[in-house]
Amino acid sequence: MGITEESLVGIFYEMIKTASTSIPVDVYDGLKKAYEKETNQGARKQLEAILQDIEIACNKKVPICQDTGTPYFFIEMGEDFPIRAKIYKAASEALRKVTKDGYLRPNAVDPFYKKNSGDNTGRYIPWMHLDIVEGDNLKVWFMTKGGGSEFPSTLIMSEPIEGFDKLKRGVIDTIVKFGPLPCPPLIVGISIAAGGDIAMTLAKKSLLRPIGERNPDPNLAKMELDLLNEINKLELGPHGFGGQLTALDVKVDYAYRHPASFAIGIVTSCWATRRASAIIRSDGSWEMTSKHLLYNGTGCTIVR
Amino acid sequence: MVSEYHLSTPLTDDVLKKLKIGDIVYISGIMVTARDEAHETALELLEKGEKLPIDLKGLVLYHCGPVAIKKDNKWQIVAAGPTTSMRMESVEHEFIEKTGIKMVVGKGGMGKKTAEAMKKFNAVYAVFTGGAGALAAEKIKEVKDVYWLDKLGVPEAMWVFRVEEFGPLIITIDTEGNNYYEIRLNEVAQNGEKVKEALKQYKWT
Repeated sequence: MGITEESLVGIFYEMIKTASTSIPVDVYDGLKKAYEKETNQGARKQLEAILQDIEIACNKKVPICQDTGTPYFFIEMGEDFPIRAKIYKAASEALRKVTKDGYLRPNAVDPFYKKNSGDNTGRYIPWMHLDIVEGDNLKVWFMTKGGGSEFPSTLIMSEPIEGFDKLKRGVIDTIVKFGPLPCPPLIVGISIAAGGDIAMTLAKKSLLRPIGERNPDPNLAKMELDLLNEINKLELGPHGFGGQLTALDVKVDYAYRHPASFAIGIVTSCWATRRASAIIRSDGSWEMTSKHLLYNGTGCTIVR
Repeated sequence: MVSEYHLSTPLTDDVLKKLKIGDIVYISGIMVTARDEAHETALELLEKGEKLPIDLKGLVLYHCGPVAIKKDNKWQIVAAGPTTSMRMESVEHEFIEKTGIKMVVGKGGMGKKTAEAMKKFNAVYAVFTGGAGALAAEKIKEVKDVYWLDKLGVPEAMWVFRVEEFGPLIITIDTEGNNYYEIRLNEVAQNGEKVKEALKQYKWT
C-alpha cells in the first residue's frame, strides 16, 4: 500500500486540527514554568488565563485562539516521494475541510476585491515553502500564524560593518515598539542573509524549532541565549503586564550574505504558537513528530 | 493596591468611579461585540437619526470577532477572544458619547482620544487576555441576538452575549482618564535603552 492523495488530505487535516486546538508541549511547558516562578501579580493573572485557555481548548477540541491564523506549510520532499505536484492541492483540500468543521476561522481575504474566500485558501494561500531532499519521505511542518503577531515583522537592510549592532538594536526596538500587540510572551525569530526575502523566510522558519532547542553552532546558540536573557530584562511581560517573561525563546538562523549586504529579518510568534510536524512515508505510514496536549480529565498530558 | 470586582450590567456611575487602573473585574450580564465594521454601521445609523437595534446604555462593548457555529438553529460561540482595540481608536470616543456604553473590552489598550472620552462620559477600558478565545467562550452562556449578520458576516456582526463572570478583565483606562499602558510602555522603553546598552558588549562572531 502506497501513499494516496486522499490519505495525504487526511494527514494534513489531522495536523491542522491538532495545531489549532492542542498547543505544542514545549510551548505549554515554557508558559507553565514561567507561571510557577512569576511573582508579578499582573503577569501571573495573564499566564493563569492563558494556561486555562489552553486546557479548555485541548479538552473541548476547540481553537486555542479565535484568530486561527494564516496557514504556512514548510516541506522537505524526498525526491522519490510518489506524490509531488499534488501536495499543494491536498493541503488546500485539507484546509477547506478543517475550516468547514469549525477548527479554523475563514481568514483568507482578497486585498483588491475585499472578498473572504470562506475556506482559508486563495492566491498563494496556503503559503508553501518546499525544499527537495534525498530519499522518499515527506517531512511537513505546519504553522498557523495570527494576524496580530505579524505586525512586528521587520526587515533591516544594514551595512555589513554595522550589521550586528543594527541587529541588536533592531530586535529590542521592535519588541518595545509593538508592546502588547503581538500577544507576548513571544518567540522571536531572527535571520541574517543576503536578500530581504531570504532573511524573512529563514526567520519565519526558525519559529518551527521547539522552545529550548539550541542552534547546533555554539556561536549562534550563545547569541540565542544572550538575546533571550536581555529581552526578558525589558519586563514587557505577558500582554504587557510586566514580569520576567517577555519571550519564551529566541531562534537564530542565517544564509551566506552578499559582500555588500547584511539583511536582518525579525519575526515574532504570539504565546499561542500553533504548529505541528509529521513524517509521511511512501508506503503510506506516517507519524506526528511534534508533541501536543490532550486533556484526559486529570490534567493535560502528552499524547503524541 | 489592586482590587477585584465582580460586577453586573447595567454598570452604574458610582461603581465605575471606584475602578482604578490595574484593578481586576469579572462581568456578568450583557456584552455586545463590535469591531471595525459594526462601529461604522452603528455610527452611520445614529448619524441619520435612527436607533440602534439594542439600547447600549450601561452595557459592555467587546472588541471581538468570534468563531460561531449554528447547531439545532441556535448559535454557539466556539472561540471569542479580543481583537486589537487600537483599530477602533479613531471612532471610539464618538461611540461612547452617542451610545452610553460604560465599559469597553479589548486587547492592547487604547489611545488619548478614547481616554479623554472615558473621563468625560464616565466609562472605563479593560483588557481581556489576548488569544484566550476558548476561555472567553466558556464564560459566554447564551447568544441573545445577532445584528447585521447578513451584511457584515460572522466576525464583524454585532453579537449580544449573556455572560457570567467574564474575566479576568484588567482596567487599563479609568474614569479619570489614567492610561495604564501609556505608563507601562514608557517603563518598557526605558528598560529598552538599558538593554541596548548592555547588548553592545556581546560578541557572537
